[in-house]
Amino acid sequence: MSTAQHVLSPQGGPSLAPVRPAPRAGCSSTPAASPVSAGATPSRGFFPSFWWTGLAAALAWAALGALTLFWPNKPVGFSDWAYTDAFAWFALGVAALLLVTGLAPGLTARVTRRLRVAGPWLVALAAGLAVWEVFTAKLGTLPPPFFAPPQSLIEVYVTDWAKLLDSAAHSLQLLALGIGIGASTGFVVGVLIGWSRLANYWIHPVLRVLGPLPTTALLPISFYFFPSSWSTAIFLIALGTAFPVAILTWSGVASVNKNYYDVARTMGASPWFLVLRVAIPAALPQVFVGLFMGLGHAFATLVVAEMLGVKAGLGWYLTWAQGWAAYPNMYGALLVMALLFSGVITLLFLVRDRVLSWQKGIVKW
Amino acid sequence: MVSTLQAPAPGATAPAATGAHIEVGNVSHWFDLPGGALQVIDGLDLAIAPGEFVALLGPSGCGKSTLLRLVAGLEPATTGRLLHDGAPITQPDPSRIVVFQDPTLFPWRTVWDNVALGLQARGLLKTQRHRVDEALTLVGLETFANAFPHQLSGGMAQRVALARALVNDPSLLVLDEPLGKLDSLTRIAMQTELVDLWRRSGFSVLLVTHDVEEALFMAQRVVVLSERPAQIKQVLVNDLPYPRHRGDPQLAALRHQALALLGLDASW
Repeated sequence: MSTAQHVLSPQGGPSLAPVRPAPRAGCSSTPAASPVSAGATPSRGFFPSFWWTGLAAALAWAALGALTLFWPNKPVGFSDWAYTDAFAWFALGVAALLLVTGLAPGLTARVTRRLRVAGPWLVALAAGLAVWEVFTAKLGTLPPPFFAPPQSLIEVYVTDWAKLLDSAAHSLQLLALGIGIGASTGFVVGVLIGWSRLANYWIHPVLRVLGPLPTTALLPISFYFFPSSWSTAIFLIALGTAFPVAILTWSGVASVNKNYYDVARTMGASPWFLVLRVAIPAALPQVFVGLFMGLGHAFATLVVAEMLGVKAGLGWYLTWAQGWAAYPNMYGALLVMALLFSGVITLLFLVRDRVLSWQKGIVKW
Repeated sequence: MVSTLQAPAPGATAPAATGAHIEVGNVSHWFDLPGGALQVIDGLDLAIAPGEFVALLGPSGCGKSTLLRLVAGLEPATTGRLLHDGAPITQPDPSRIVVFQDPTLFPWRTVWDNVALGLQARGLLKTQRHRVDEALTLVGLETFANAFPHQLSGGMAQRVALARALVNDPSLLVLDEPLGKLDSLTRIAMQTELVDLWRRSGFSVLLVTHDVEEALFMAQRVVVLSERPAQIKQVLVNDLPYPRHRGDPQLAALRHQALALLGLDASW
């Protein structure tokens, strides 16, 4: 491998050499240099302003729209898939928009800049949807009712949006309460066992033994102890979040550079100052790692709790849809769930970037 | 560097009014190690006069940093007497500030907030914010107030650490090899700067170093310590006036003497 690189590098050197003078010549803007730069820049031929990936994406979406529109669905028996035409026209609409931005990127410069990054993904998305469409609605290789074509999701969202929205709101409420309680409890416990030897002696073994227990395993018991399935779910989500947060906060506080304490102590810092202004800020990067791990536990606990006891939320919607063999609704709910959870994670990333902005330049994110 | 700072007349000693008087009386210290107690300091006597600059010079691991932690009050001595202006040293105090070999700036705080640490810890920050700015100006880093520590060079970081110490208006500055990790050019510049700061402010200084030139160039008295457990081998008095010249023949003679005490004079 290394020998190959050695062989390649001298070849790469001379081939780059003629390109290098071009920018220098452009900067000095001497008339003699202009032919060099003119020859170097337009590598795209006669249409340098076109966004070629965008045009490819437009083509892909147009193909998706066309095959959805003109290739008849395989008869399922009871009725045809609703919204097939709507899905086709949607794809054609996307194709048209991409065509415009692809042909005249200057018109929509601000939008295109973001879109350009997503260009390859837009092509892949159209291709993926086309494969999905062909194997479900068109060929029936993936049989209904377990598999549903993309247009069935449109039907789900159009007909059942109110219930989905309500479920998402309930899930979000449970999550917010559970994570809020769990994260703050875990943080306090973590600081406590990281700071106090007594707390460490008593709490740490309990955490070590009970912490790895999946919260979902406690679900059947918890339903007895709590007045409602709703409060059970909050308790379990909080428990699932609190464990990793506590462990990582503890390790963060325990591994703070001891010299930080010496510096603060010689300057007259009280124990409270040492905890609040030295230990906690120094441990925060670890706390966020714990929070990210806690979120995973929280999501899993939430869905299981809603499937087994709570009478609302996306988990409940999933089991409800399963009961009616409404598989498109399940796919629709899963998509909402994915967006909701990734949204929560994105939010935590934003908070972390803000709180730990001092880390920029030290740590690669 | 010297020319930019306004130094008092050559030979003038620091005003003694604000300097701490430190007395170390017959101090011995042991470490509790798994293999048993390890003696690091053996019956050490040392006095620092108000406004005096004393350097502790000794081989690596001889216990000089431990002595410094005892003087700072970070650890209690096993036996012996430690007095600061006649009062026993039992705990750390903002009047005796330590500058460590590592700047140990808090990475999550800006330069300004790092310097403000001592005032904030004692609840003085609200009324005395100007002192932070003054301390930063003193070390020439006022334009870096909003920078984070990782953006500073080693020398700048150590100057911030110095400002963080000086903002507390200490009567004793305890320096634990503060220039040990700097490159040689920055180190020379910082030695001159430190001496200059001391001469203008009048606090006492206890400097721990294993750099013979540094100790002799900066301090008025150099206490040469033995191998562990640390005992005083000899006290070298350097009465050269400030500002000193590194090429002074008296420094060369003292250096020879110090190296001989440390058993390193073979190459001289």
